[in-house]
Amino acid sequence: MFRLIGQRLGLGLLTLFAASVLIFAGTEILPGDLASAVLQNNATPETLAEMRQELGLDRPAPVRYVEWLGRAVDGNFGRSLASHREVADEVGPRLKNTLFLATYAALVAVPLSVMLGLMAAIWQGGVYDRLVNFVTLLTISMPEYFIALLLIKYFSVRLGWFSSLANVTPDTSFLERLGLTFLPMLTLVLVVMAHMMRMTRASVLQIMASPYIEMAFLKGLPKWRVVVRHAFPNALAPIINVVALDLAYLIVGVVIVEVVFVYPGLGQLMVDAVSKHDVPMVQACGLIFAGVFVLLNMTADVLAIVTNPRLRHPR
Amino acid sequence: MSGRRVGDDILQIDNLRIEARNDRGPGPVLVDNVSFALKRGKVIGLIGESGAGKSTIGLATLGYTRRGCHITGGKLDFEGRDIRTMTAAERRALRGPGVAYIAQSAAASFNPAMTLFEQICEIPLRHGIMSLAEASTEAVKLFRELDLPNPETFGNRYPHQVSGGQLQRAMAAMAMAARPDILVFDEPTTALDVTTQVEVLASFRKLIREHQTAAIYITHDLAVVAQIADDIMVLRHGKTVEYGTAQQILQAPREEYTRRLVAERVAGHTFREDLATDEPPLLEVSNVVASYHSLLRVIDNVSIDVRRGDTVAVVGESGSGKSTLARVIIGLLPRQEGDIRFNGTSLPPKLASRSKEQLRRIQMIYQMPDVALNPNQTLLEIIGRPVQFYFSRPRGQVRARVLELLRMMDLPEHFIDRRPGELSGGQKQRVGIARALAAEPDLIICDEVTSALDQLVGEEILRLLKRLQDELGIAYLFITHDLGTVKRIANKVAVMLKGKLVARGETAQVFSPPFHPYTELLLSSVPEMRSEWLDDVLARRTQTLQAVKQAQIQLAS
Amino acid sequence: MRLFGHRLTFTATLGLVIIAINLIIAIGAPLLAPYGQASILGDAWADPTPQHLLGLDDLGRDLLSRLMYGARMSIGLAVVTTCLAFALGITAGFAAAVLRGWVDTLLSRLVDLLLSMPTLMFAFIVLSVLGTNLSVIVVTIAILDAPKVFRLSRALAMNIAALEYVEVAKVRGEGLWWLMRREILPNALAPLVAEFGMRFSFTLLIIAALSFLGLGVQPPNADWGSMVRDYRDMINLDAMAPLYPAAAIAILTIGVNFVVDWMLAIHSHAHGDSA
Repeated sequence: MFRLIGQRLGLGLLTLFAASVLIFAGTEILPGDLASAVLQNNATPETLAEMRQELGLDRPAPVRYVEWLGRAVDGNFGRSLASHREVADEVGPRLKNTLFLATYAALVAVPLSVMLGLMAAIWQGGVYDRLVNFVTLLTISMPEYFIALLLIKYFSVRLGWFSSLANVTPDTSFLERLGLTFLPMLTLVLVVMAHMMRMTRASVLQIMASPYIEMAFLKGLPKWRVVVRHAFPNALAPIINVVALDLAYLIVGVVIVEVVFVYPGLGQLMVDAVSKHDVPMVQACGLIFAGVFVLLNMTADVLAIVTNPRLRHPR
Repeated sequence: MSGRRVGDDILQIDNLRIEARNDRGPGPVLVDNVSFALKRGKVIGLIGESGAGKSTIGLATLGYTRRGCHITGGKLDFEGRDIRTMTAAERRALRGPGVAYIAQSAAASFNPAMTLFEQICEIPLRHGIMSLAEASTEAVKLFRELDLPNPETFGNRYPHQVSGGQLQRAMAAMAMAARPDILVFDEPTTALDVTTQVEVLASFRKLIREHQTAAIYITHDLAVVAQIADDIMVLRHGKTVEYGTAQQILQAPREEYTRRLVAERVAGHTFREDLATDEPPLLEVSNVVASYHSLLRVIDNVSIDVRRGDTVAVVGESGSGKSTLARVIIGLLPRQEGDIRFNGTSLPPKLASRSKEQLRRIQMIYQMPDVALNPNQTLLEIIGRPVQFYFSRPRGQVRARVLELLRMMDLPEHFIDRRPGELSGGQKQRVGIARALAAEPDLIICDEVTSALDQLVGEEILRLLKRLQDELGIAYLFITHDLGTVKRIANKVAVMLKGKLVARGETAQVFSPPFHPYTELLLSSVPEMRSEWLDDVLARRTQTLQAVKQAQIQLAS
Repeated sequence: MRLFGHRLTFTATLGLVIIAINLIIAIGAPLLAPYGQASILGDAWADPTPQHLLGLDDLGRDLLSRLMYGARMSIGLAVVTTCLAFALGITAGFAAAVLRGWVDTLLSRLVDLLLSMPTLMFAFIVLSVLGTNLSVIVVTIAILDAPKVFRLSRALAMNIAALEYVEVAKVRGEGLWWLMRREILPNALAPLVAEFGMRFSFTLLIIAALSFLGLGVQPPNADWGSMVRDYRDMINLDAMAPLYPAAAIAILTIGVNFVVDWMLAIHSHAHGDSA
C-alpha cells in the first residue's frame, strides 16, 4: 500500500512540474512576443529592444525557466508590471481571502451534502429522493454567475438583507466577514453541493445493491444499521474521492464568484492581471491555483487508497 | 430451547405461492402451490434446475422476498406462527436465531471492510442473545468444528485474505452463531472446485448432525443432496414434481423428469470405445511451455495428440491451465517452447502470423453463450460471417448455408433474423456451435461448453456434438472439469494439475486402476448417487491427499 | 412516447423539446430574429414593448434578437468544440485500448497530466497569451476536453474487448478496423452519446464563463456569456437584462442533462438479464 501512495505522491510532484512548465511556456514563450504584449501601443523598435533586455528574453528559454522556478519556490515572483510592487506582497492577502471563502463554503457544503445524499439513498424512490434528484440536476446545470446574480437580485437588491459587494478589507472583523461573504459562499455551496449529493447518493446506492448488504438484511439487522455499519464504510472511498475532486473544482469556481461579487481574492487578482498583461502576476496566480488543484487531486487519490480495505490489509 | 425435541415439526409450508410483479402488472409465477414439512434435526433437499424456484422458497422461509417478488398465497408456519402475518420487527427477530441463511457465494456475502469475527458475532450480538465475549468463544468453537486452520486467530482475518473453501465454512459459522432452529443452504458448494467440495460438504454434515439443526439444502446436484438429505423435493418451473424420502427418490423415482435427472447422473459408467487407427495425428502438441508476463509457467511441458474423429478431453480444476492450453493452441498466448503441428505443418506461435487456412481449420466454442455472441448482430450475421470471411461466397449462398446450419442445430429457420438476446442459453450455445461449423473446420476446441448450462440442457448439447462428429468426422478437444462428461464422450483424456500433465491416454485406461494419485483424487471427489459415498471418500481422503503431495514433489524434481 | 424503443419520461421529453427549440433558433437566427444584432433602435434600457419583447439593452439594441444571435454563437461554438474533442478522444481511446503496449501507456500518462490541470484556469492563461480568436478558443477547449472522452472510450473499448465475442472475431483473423467498427463501436454507442451530451453542456458553460471573464468571444461578436458580462451591473438596479442570457444557458444545459440522465438510466438496465 505504501508503495502505491509513494507512486501517487511522485506523480503529483511530476504533474506540478508539468503545470509549471506549461504556465511558463504559456506566458513567456508562445508566439505573440512578450515585450510587445507588455508595451502594447508604446512599442517602438527601441523600446522593444530595451524591454526584451529587461525581461531577459535574449537568454534561452530553459535557462529562464529554471531561474524562474528557483525564484518561485523561494517565494519571489518578481515585480508586478502594473503596480510595480512585489508580487508576493499583493498575492499574500488575496490568497488568504480566497482560502477563507473556499473554506467557509467547504465547511458548510461537505457535511450537508454527504448527509442529504445518504438520506436520499436510504429512502430511494420516495418523494424526498426524487425531489433531491430533480433539484440537484437543475442546480448543476446552472452557471455560477447565474446563481450568483439570482441571489443578488433577490437577497440583496429586493430584500436588502445582504450586500452585493463583498468588499472585505484587512480590517474587517471576523463576524462582519462572515456577513459580507455570505452570498458568495452560498453561491459556491449551491453549485458544489448538488454535485456532491448526487455522487454520494449514486455511490451508496451502488453499494446497497451488493450481495453482502442483502446478507446483512438476512441476518435480521434493521435498515439504519445496515446503512451505517455496512454500506457507509464501503461507500467512504468513492465519497471521499468526490469530495476532494469537488473541493478542487471549488478553487476554480471561486474565480467567477469573486468577479461577480467584486471580492478581493486571488481569482479577481488573476483576471485583472490578465487584462493588464501583468505577466509575473499571472504566473504567480496560475502556479498557486494549479498547485492547490494538484494537491487536492493527489489527496483524493491517496485517501482512496487508504480507505480500500483490500489494500490496507493485503493477503 | 426447552421442550423442543428432535422429530417435532418445526416448519410447515402449505400451498406457497410467490409471484413476480412490477410497475406494469403481474408477472410470472415463481413458486406455484408448494407444500412440505420439516422436522427438527431433519434435512430436506430442494432439487431443480435454474428457474425452478428453489432459492425463492429458501428465502421465503426467512420472511424475505427479492425485489419485485411477493408472496401471494399459502402459509409458512414456523413453530406455530405464520411468517406471512409477522410484523417487520418479528421477521427481523426470526432471521438469525430462528432461520439462518448460507448463500452460494461466500466471497460476495461478506463485507470486505469488516473482519470475519465482527461479522460472525453480529447475529448473536445484535439480537441480544450473547455478549461479545460469549459470542467470540462460540465463534472459535465453531471454527474448530468446521476444521478451519488456526481457530483462535482465524476470525481476525478479512474476507479477501482466506480461500474460497474456508470462506464458505466461515459463512456456515456465521449462520450457526446464534444456534438457529433451521439452516438454509443455498447452493453452497456449486462455486467450489470438486475436490474442495468434498471437504466443505463433510463439514456441513458434521455441523448439522452435532447440533441437531434442521436444514433446507438447495442444489441442482442430486448426488450431493443424496449425502445429506433425509427427504427430497424435486422442483421444476416453480411446481413440485415429486416429494418423498431420499431413499425413495434416488432408488425408485416415479416421475419422468426425476428419472431423467437420476439417470443422467448414474449413466456415466460406460466408457466410450477408442478408435483403432494408424493415421497420423491431426493435432500434435509436443512439450509446450507457456507463461504470462511473470516467470511462472502456466503450461509446463504438455504434450497431447488429437486424431481425426477423436474426442480428447482435457480435465483439471481451476488453475490447472486447461483453458490456457486452448489459448496457446489457438495462438492467443504464444508458446515459448515446444511445437504445435497441424496436419504435419508447424503452426506459428502467434495468431497474427497464421494463414487464413490455418485459422479456419481449428475453431473454438466458448463457455458462456451470453458473452460469446455479439448482442447487436443477427444470427445471419453471426453465423454467416465465417462463411463470407473464409470462402468469399455471395450473399444468397451465405443465407442458404446459414439456414442449412440452423436446421442441423435443430433451431427454427425464422431465427435467422433474430438477435441473441431473444434466445435461451441452450439455443445460444447451439448458435455458437453453428458458427464454428460454418468454417468447416477439422478440429473444434470446446472450452467448458456445458458448464454454464443446466444439466439436462447440457446433455442435449453433448448429444448434438456427438451426432455432428458421427456425421462430419470432426475431432474435438474437450476442455472440462466435469468427469462425468469425460467418461461419456471422450475416448482419450489428459489430466492436468498446475500446468503439468499428470496422466494421459485412453479414457478406459486412465480412469481404471491403477490410478495416478491425482486422478484418483479427482475421480473420488465426484459425488455418486448412493448415500454412503461421502463416508467412503472421507475414509480414504487423507491417504489420497498424501499420495498426491508426493506425486507433485516427484513431478517438480 | 418511445424513442429508440425505450419509453420517454416527462423530463426527457421536456429536455428534447428544449434542445429542439434551441437548435432551431441557433440555425435559423438570421431568419427568425426580428432585428439585427447590432442595429440601434432606440434609447438605452427602454422597457419591453410589443415590438421589443424583452426591451432594449445599454446601446439601444433589441435584447431578444441579441439573445437569438447569441444562441447561434454559444451553441455553434459548443457543438464544434465538442465534435473536435470527440474526434480526438475516441480515436485515441479506441486505439489505446486495442493496441495496448507503449501506445496505451504514453497516451494514458499524457491524459492524466492534462486532466490534473484546472480547465478554466488553463484556458484562461492560454487565451490571455494567444489571443481570443474564435478558432483558438475552439481548439484550446477541445484539447482540454478530449482527455475525458479518451478515458471513457478507452474504458468502454477495454470492457468490450474483454468480452468473448470480440476475441472470437480476433481469432477468426479479422483486422483492427473491422474489430473497432463492427464489434466494439455499436456496443459502446449508448454511453458515448450520453457523454457527448455531458461534454456539450460542460463546453457551453466553460466558453460562456470565459466570455463572462472577458476572455472569450469579443465584440462585435456576442455570445450569451459576454452578454451577461455586459449587463452585469444592471442587476443592482433590479433589471432582468443580465438574467436573460444566463437563464438561456441554464435552460439549455438543464434540457441536455435531462436527456442524458434518461439515457444513462436506461443503459444501466439494458444489459440482457439472462433468465
